[in-house]
Amino acid sequence: MKKVLEGSHAVAEAVRLARVQVISAYPITPQTHIVEILSDYVTTGKMDAKYLRVESEHSCMAALIGAQSTGIRTFTATSSQGLALMHELLHWASGARLPIVMAEVNRALAPGWNIWNDQTDSLAQRDTGWIQLYCEDGQEVLDTTIQAYRLAEIVNLPAMVVLDAFYLSHTYEPVDVPDQDEVDRFLPPYKPAFILDTKHPYSLSPLVTPNAYMEMRYDIAMAMDDALGQFDRVEEEFAMIFDRRYGAVEAIDCDDADIVFVTSGTVTSTGRLLLEELRPRGEKVGVLKIKLFRPFPVEAVRRALGKAKKVVVVDRNFSFGASGIFAQEVRAAICNVPGHPPIFGYIAGLGGRDITVQLLEEIYFDVKGSATPRKESIWVGLQEVNRAT
Amino acid sequence: MQLDALDKELMCSGHVGCPGCGATIAMRFVLKALGEKTVMVLPACCWSVIAGPFPQSSLRIPVIHTAFETGGATASGVRAALDMKGDTETTVITWAGDGGTFDIGFQALSGAVERNEDFIYACYDNEAYMNTGIQRSSSTPYGAWTTTTTGADWKKLRKKNIVEALVAHRIPYAATANIAFPEDLIRKVKKAKAIKGSKFLHIYASCPTGWRIPSEMSIKIARMAVQTNIFPLYEVENGVNYTINYKPKEYLVREYFKLQGRFRHLKDTDLDQIQEMVNEDWWLLLRKAGEHA
Ligand SMILES: Cc1ncc(C[n+]2csc(CCOP(=O)(O)OP(=O)(O)O)c2C)c(N)n1
Ligand code: SF4
Ligand SMILES: [Mg+2]
Repeated sequence: MKKVLEGSHAVAEAVRLARVQVISAYPITPQTHIVEILSDYVTTGKMDAKYLRVESEHSCMAALIGAQSTGIRTFTATSSQGLALMHELLHWASGARLPIVMAEVNRALAPGWNIWNDQTDSLAQRDTGWIQLYCEDGQEVLDTTIQAYRLAEIVNLPAMVVLDAFYLSHTYEPVDVPDQDEVDRFLPPYKPAFILDTKHPYSLSPLVTPNAYMEMRYDIAMAMDDALGQFDRVEEEFAMIFDRRYGAVEAIDCDDADIVFVTSGTVTSTGRLLLEELRPRGEKVGVLKIKLFRPFPVEAVRRALGKAKKVVVVDRNFSFGASGIFAQEVRAAICNVPGHPPIFGYIAGLGGRDITVQLLEEIYFDVKGSATPRKESIWVGLQEVNRAT
Repeated sequence: MQLDALDKELMCSGHVGCPGCGATIAMRFVLKALGEKTVMVLPACCWSVIAGPFPQSSLRIPVIHTAFETGGATASGVRAALDMKGDTETTVITWAGDGGTFDIGFQALSGAVERNEDFIYACYDNEAYMNTGIQRSSSTPYGAWTTTTTGADWKKLRKKNIVEALVAHRIPYAATANIAFPEDLIRKVKKAKAIKGSKFLHIYASCPTGWRIPSEMSIKIARMAVQTNIFPLYEVENGVNYTINYKPKEYLVREYFKLQGRFRHLKDTDLDQIQEMVNEDWWLLLRKAGEHA
């Protein structure tokens, strides 16, 4: 049924439809709408679940690790400082092979206090062994959350569904909310092999000596690699029932493009408008949307960028001492392809500053006029900065 | 002596605790009292190692090892999930050291108890971070040497009173227990198991390695801790009803301190001062229990 929903509400609907049994969360703007709705669902019986109102995000993730270890489905949502506080337990969840799903609302990290959109929070967690899926609109948020459970439970790894603060979390859009029986057909009950069970008293996550640790890590690495192929399979199954699919990446007008923009999150929508603006003027420009960030879809990225003369990566995030994080990943993906195009890294929109079509157009003509990148990262839309000495 | 507990051992031989380890004795009695329908949450501590390396375990119950500061939180999640599965019968117990309880895990513990989660939180107290090599914790007593309170810098701060902190939460049940008093310990574990909501057990567990005592002195010293009023045996219901379980005849703390290498540097004047502290704490407890010395 089509409904007009906030991005946050789309997440909550998906969690309800996934028949999650334990939810735990700690409030942080702009994640709050998600958890308020879910709290209400549990209170009013719209969901048959427990809602643990814990005293911190750290405890939240610990509680979910405990809950999921009994063989039930769990959910949380957080943002920024909250995700950073969870860091230790993000590693724990993947190491313990628990397919916990969380919604992560991309918000800037302090200081200064800033509740607006910025991707550095989730990207800083890229090495924690979580699948990461970046969404563009409300429908994709709902669909991806349901798919995340399926994918996570196949490979026994946790998954993060990432959505932009406000641009997505607080924006109302028409969203098709599927029926429960359709979702049930797509998402079978969770049945893990090892659980906390007094009849079969396993010890979970015990001390592991150098004799076995490396093999366990290798198994996680294999599972993460496997998630790449499984993602396509999950999308296939999803499309058969719901007739919607997104792709690990989406190449928009890339086939004949000289310059391809690499985007993620809602900036992709701005990129689509850029194409509408520039294509009629004869500019050969394309957009490559990256949805699946972990595991990184290296082959798909190589294929999509194979014909481009120049690649532009727009990063709403930054790794100090290095560059934009998507730019790093794209460089790493194509560096072994002979004759690969140069990568132009642009930093834009940090801490919720708008990324407009005009800004992307400026970037486009800047790149068109440069044979090679002037710098590793070009910060755009920057006011003059008095640097502290 | 016949104990009112399972004959079956839920803790096996082959554990890797030090000889004379009080924490292993405590575990053995507690599991005998709880029985097989028990799930254990085990944050980082000596017991993370004592339990044995993958793929072995010295415990015949399901165990979830978890991060150091998450004992209260992980147990909350396990409880919630078991309840959702319709299993309200299985006991969930967190088994943590003093560091994981008094210090880094205190927030998660306080949160769980404020929510009155239905579980037992057992802290085996060896009065320092033993797993990492005998560093001081807020449970380390006044006067003690540890590897981070050495020489003239021996600990000059009092031990945190953890039971009183829990009592301030109006926890349904809080009790102290001691490995040298197994009947009392087992009775308290069984009592805790039968009560709904959060329960806290503070179990004195001597540590030959960290305290610089011979392993065969483990129980003797544990008994003396009670006899000297250094570690009184008592229980508190609903944050108000105090019962003192054992009233020793005047023993001097001096005897207890003289036996342990960790207190070797203390002078008689230090011991006099400690005696006063212990007396003061005991009077305070008597007052709370409505008794007078
Ligand atoms: C976040 C974090 N910090 C530090 C450690 C290292 N660490 C593991 S066990 C431990 C001390 C445990 O002390 P306690 O809880 O008293 O248990 P004991 O080892 O004395 O039995 C420490 C500091 C850790 N595992 N996690
Ligand atoms: S160090 Fe102490 S607590 Fe740890 S195993 Fe040895 S005796 Fe037991
Ligand atoms: Mg200790």
